[in-house]
Amino acid sequence: MGTESETRGAADAARTRGSLVRGLALRWDTAVGVLLVAVFAIGLGSTDGFGSADNLAFAFDDIVEVAVLALPMTLLVVAGQVDLSVASMLGLGSALTGALWNAGWAFEAIVPVVLLAGAAGGLLNGWLVTRVGLPSLAVTIGTLALYRGLASVALGSDAVTGFPQKYADWAVDTTTVPGTFLTYPVLLFAVLAVLTAIVLHATGLGRALFAIGAQEEAAYFAGIRVKRIKLLLFVVTGLFASFTGVLFTLRYGSARADNGLGFEMLVIASVLLGGIDFDGGKGTLFGAVAGVLLIGVLKNLLTLNDIANEVQVIVTGLLLVASVLTPRVIAAFVERRHRRAADSPS
Amino acid sequence: MNQPAEDPPPAPAPAAPVLALRNVSKSFGAVRALHEVSLTLRPGEVHALAGENGAGKSTLIKTLAGVHRPDGGQLLLDGAPVAFHGPADARDAGIAVIYQEPALFPDLSIAENIFMGRQPRRRLGRIDHRAVRGATAALMRRLGVGLTPDRPARGLSIADQQIVEIAKALSFDARVLIMDEPTAALTGAETARLFSVVRTLRDEGAAVLFISHRLDEIFELCGRVTTLRDGRLIASEPLAGLTADALVRRMVGRDLDDLYPKQDATVGEVALSVRRLTREGAFRDVSFEVRRGEIVALAGLVGAGRTEVAQAVFGVDRADAGEVRVDGTVLRPGSPTAAMAAGLALVPEDRRQRGLVMEMSIERNIGLTGLGELRRHGLVRRALERDRAADWALRLRLTYHRLADAVGVLSGGNQQKVVLAKWLATGPSVLVVDEPTRGIDVGTKAEVHRLLSASAADGLAVLMISSDLPEVIGMADRVLVMREGRLVAELPRGSATEETVLAAAAGVGGRAAP
Repeated sequence: MGTESETRGAADAARTRGSLVRGLALRWDTAVGVLLVAVFAIGLGSTDGFGSADNLAFAFDDIVEVAVLALPMTLLVVAGQVDLSVASMLGLGSALTGALWNAGWAFEAIVPVVLLAGAAGGLLNGWLVTRVGLPSLAVTIGTLALYRGLASVALGSDAVTGFPQKYADWAVDTTTVPGTFLTYPVLLFAVLAVLTAIVLHATGLGRALFAIGAQEEAAYFAGIRVKRIKLLLFVVTGLFASFTGVLFTLRYGSARADNGLGFEMLVIASVLLGGIDFDGGKGTLFGAVAGVLLIGVLKNLLTLNDIANEVQVIVTGLLLVASVLTPRVIAAFVERRHRRAADSPS
Repeated sequence: MNQPAEDPPPAPAPAAPVLALRNVSKSFGAVRALHEVSLTLRPGEVHALAGENGAGKSTLIKTLAGVHRPDGGQLLLDGAPVAFHGPADARDAGIAVIYQEPALFPDLSIAENIFMGRQPRRRLGRIDHRAVRGATAALMRRLGVGLTPDRPARGLSIADQQIVEIAKALSFDARVLIMDEPTAALTGAETARLFSVVRTLRDEGAAVLFISHRLDEIFELCGRVTTLRDGRLIASEPLAGLTADALVRRMVGRDLDDLYPKQDATVGEVALSVRRLTREGAFRDVSFEVRRGEIVALAGLVGAGRTEVAQAVFGVDRADAGEVRVDGTVLRPGSPTAAMAAGLALVPEDRRQRGLVMEMSIERNIGLTGLGELRRHGLVRRALERDRAADWALRLRLTYHRLADAVGVLSGGNQQKVVLAKWLATGPSVLVVDEPTRGIDVGTKAEVHRLLSASAADGLAVLMISSDLPEVIGMADRVLVMREGRLVAELPRGSATEETVLAAAAGVGGRAAP
């Protein structure tokens, strides 16, 4: 699909722009994939210990919550929505896990309750967006604060530890799937990523998501249940977010209300870096996964090279700005060149 | 921006043209949009530009407006060659373009819109609101319309928005006014008012270039017509003595077999039954039936509530009361999904916002209404999706490059065909079409009519909303007329004429229906 040749002479500027932007979006995710491979190769060549199985297991495990959250976030952004409350829901999930554990609940009973809380939080987001009609950005800025606040109410500033060893062992990066350097959470992410890719790119629901993101009214007029689908997306996102709360708690062996603070930025950075258009309607899941892996590999490389955490935050921020900006700059540049070519007598 | 003339200025023409194109060519990549086209606009003249979609009208307008620069040929302003480096140059030269759908700032007043960015100032740089209002009122008087300068632009009808744009053009001392399909969304009365404004400007000495797909308007308003076809100049001639048929022949380059190929169909069972449907503030107590094989037109002025009825029938708007049945099944109100399942299809009026997802491919747009059927084991089968699109593209004689191209790259007429394909592919028993041929060229229009007629003959029940009276008269078996949210008349094919439909729609001369 990437071979948009010049054979088709566009009849007007809008037409040229449309196909260019589309062609670019198609190539952007591939570019991020290539960049990922390149950074990986540079890492192997420049940094001792980067390529070791232990380090790779750690590197991927280190960002697994962000990666899992990037999956429903991709679906949301494709549908023209966003959920900024995911990291707060992670924190709430972690705090609830800790509070209930303190209260003497069995871990097996805690998990369903936490997931239910996540779904309920997602339902609130979705209800405010679809029934009250508020923009998702505004709604989830509000619930970002709300859910983090509830997490603090649930657990205060305590840290709860001492979760059952068998679950903790499942999550930590020293346990890997036999014969690979993948940890079980990373393996789970891989399975979820494949499922999400199928939903987005091969099902009717996926088609509907693209249509909603590109032109919501036209989707509605085509009989697509726009509100129901959006509501479902927010609920699934809440579910995923609370699950990452449990996962994070197990991996670090510590439940805290401020777990995952600021992760929403990493998640959104990954998704946008992967070429998902923030205006909705464009992108591939492959791009989002490549984006999240790129951020993970960079983070790991910076850590290995003893670069301060603050710098890592700056790098993530720059990547986010660059990923949103670059395709637009390129599109504007190509368009200008096209117009110049079209305007000057040949 | 007046370049020093390299050639000696041409000999002055008899009526001193204000703006002219001489042998202008313009290509985009391999597509030659204009090929050695000449056009002369004289003061005090309304000049029509005719041609099918894709004939080069838009490119010509954009060349005059400074958006495009010609590859070859010359642009002459007052007889001297000029080069416009952008729309601002054209505007400064006194050329204004009024588009079909003006873009005003909705929260600013009419006066502020007109003087945006160049308001008269008082001391300390404060805007002199009184001067702005006064100048706007003067412009409105000059145009002979009663728009209040302080009124916000939000909520103005498209007709009034165009008047504001014209006033804005006048405030720039425009001498050339280019109107690109200004009447497409106007009612009869609004069109009449616009025309009187245009005539006022013409009598003041402005040159007007008028583009419309409606031939009757061209004949009513214009003195000369220039016809383009495939980017070439076909003729530039006075309209007096020209017949509509002759003009159509110039536009399409062939005799157009009947524009309204209505077949007589056997009328069958009731397919759509609407009972006492009401939506507060839009329409009230609307009841009618459409039978298989029938084309029923829903006529009326813009704002009479026709689109609102169609949307409530399909369920995108929720009716407050009443009932809709399709093939005997009562539809759940407010659910397009239920309406589709029952066999209803709606081709909406606004195809760019509602009919199509412009950046999606042709095949996916056509597939969007059939995601259920295109599925195997929960996954969309791309081969089926493509087959469905290819099949309907062929049946509707769609012109396209690849089915994977974004639907937005197609011409308006072809986009409308995709909307029709998307809905006919659902195999509906009732098709509601809202302004099915608005803004599409006369050739495609005839094809759409043929398609509707053939579909009805195959047993489809068609409800057609149209503001195009010849289309209503030419295509409908029955005409329902709405006025101010109520159904006021039902005219059978025999007694429906433009006069009777218009009389019922405007509420003059008593009820036209028995």
